[in-house]
Amino acid sequence: MTWDWGAVSAFMPHFWDGLLVTLQALALGSLISFALGLVWTLLMRAPTRWVRWPVGVVTEFVRDTPLLVQLFFLFYVLPEWGLTFSALATGVCALGLHYSTYTMQVYRAGIEAVPAGQWEAATALNLPRLRTWRVVILPQAVRRVVPALGNYVIAMLKDTPMLMAITVLEMLGRARLFSQARFQFTEPLTVVGVAFVVISYLASLLLRALERRLVR
Amino acid sequence: MSVETRTQPAETGTGPTELIRLEGVTKRFGDQTVLDGLDFSVDAGKHVTLIGPSGSGKTTILRLLMTLTRPDEGTVTVDGERLFPAPEKQLREVRKKIGMVFQQFNLFPNMTVLRNITEAPVTVLGLGRDEAEARARELLDLVGLGDKCDARPTRLSGGQQQRVAIARALAMRPKVLLLDEVTSALDPELVAGVLDLLRDIARSTDITMLCVTHEMGFARDISDQVLMFDSGRVIESGPPEKIFGDPEHERTREFLGAVR
Repeated sequence: MTWDWGAVSAFMPHFWDGLLVTLQALALGSLISFALGLVWTLLMRAPTRWVRWPVGVVTEFVRDTPLLVQLFFLFYVLPEWGLTFSALATGVCALGLHYSTYTMQVYRAGIEAVPAGQWEAATALNLPRLRTWRVVILPQAVRRVVPALGNYVIAMLKDTPMLMAITVLEMLGRARLFSQARFQFTEPLTVVGVAFVVISYLASLLLRALERRLVR
Repeated sequence: MSVETRTQPAETGTGPTELIRLEGVTKRFGDQTVLDGLDFSVDAGKHVTLIGPSGSGKTTILRLLMTLTRPDEGTVTVDGERLFPAPEKQLREVRKKIGMVFQQFNLFPNMTVLRNITEAPVTVLGLGRDEAEARARELLDLVGLGDKCDARPTRLSGGQQQRVAIARALAMRPKVLLLDEVTSALDPELVAGVLDLLRDIARSTDITMLCVTHEMGFARDISDQVLMFDSGRVIESGPPEKIFGDPEHERTREFLGAVR
């Protein structure tokens, strides 16, 4: 087995296409999981159990079933109900939904870690409840949870190849197509592996910078 | 409880200058009774100090008045309005009249010092941002921290944080200021600065003060009335000269002997 640089340069155009898809899925999936996770957390604190209970059941269900099952479900079952999205959009939604059930637990921990004295000071100043959430509690909770959210971004990155199962051609999907056409596996798979390491590392650097900015 | 006893205080108890009244207030945590059928009232403009051993229920009274906790029995009346039960809207009105300074300061660490002070005047009292900031700067000058507007609370010493917290409470122009062991969490060398500031405020304003403290010198200086607590009851009350000079109750003598 020899290393063929020619295969690497032949693969690169496909690689860039795949990289773009991976980054899109990661960025949008993360955003959805951050936003939706926060929504779940707040709904779980609703005063009535008619909200808490269904939200608890749905999120527990999503957390306890494999991402692959959810991808297939969204991709093959929703169109039967007349809902059709592109493969990438479906993949992004599945990633965001799946990971939102993890980020919700992160947010919950962050909110519970805000000292009771902060709530009491807000009450003593007569701040309305919504305002207390917005300017006192959430800003303090979010900066506590940035490192934990970051870990889920990296976990999500490593789950993006699953989108292959619903025909999305991200990095690994491109590598597989290329390999099967040319019977050259080593070079494209190595390139993709290195790319995962580089993206993870850059993401963790970015997170550390963000953390330093937030925790003052 | 019969109807007569419930309506009675409103007819006879609320004098023109009475601001705070507690009647038969009982509060339990589990099987521990923290307040045990407590009665007392505070007239407008008075400075009342609550002393006594820890666990005797002093802080719970301040927390009741600030609506941070609820009594199990009895009534609490502030400026003629009864709390517990009361709709949230009425509680909000009552809270406008009351400010509280906490043992642990409880400043908002995610906001600058100035924003800590302007947040509630802008969102609750509806002041314009410029006006609120001008007032906040005046208050920061008053507490000796005029140069710390843009600092984060976490960068300040405990004494400075507590003075910001006092400014924050005063910015709401409360009728009543509740001070909950405000120097207990401070390093010893920072206590005097905070107490001097409170002496100034007591002298120069007509704000009503309820003060839980272990600083007996301070209590003697500012108080019109001192209440001695033990096991959820007021066992002795009177002007500071009387309580500190010639206490009647054996428990008071023991307590004062121990803290000196």
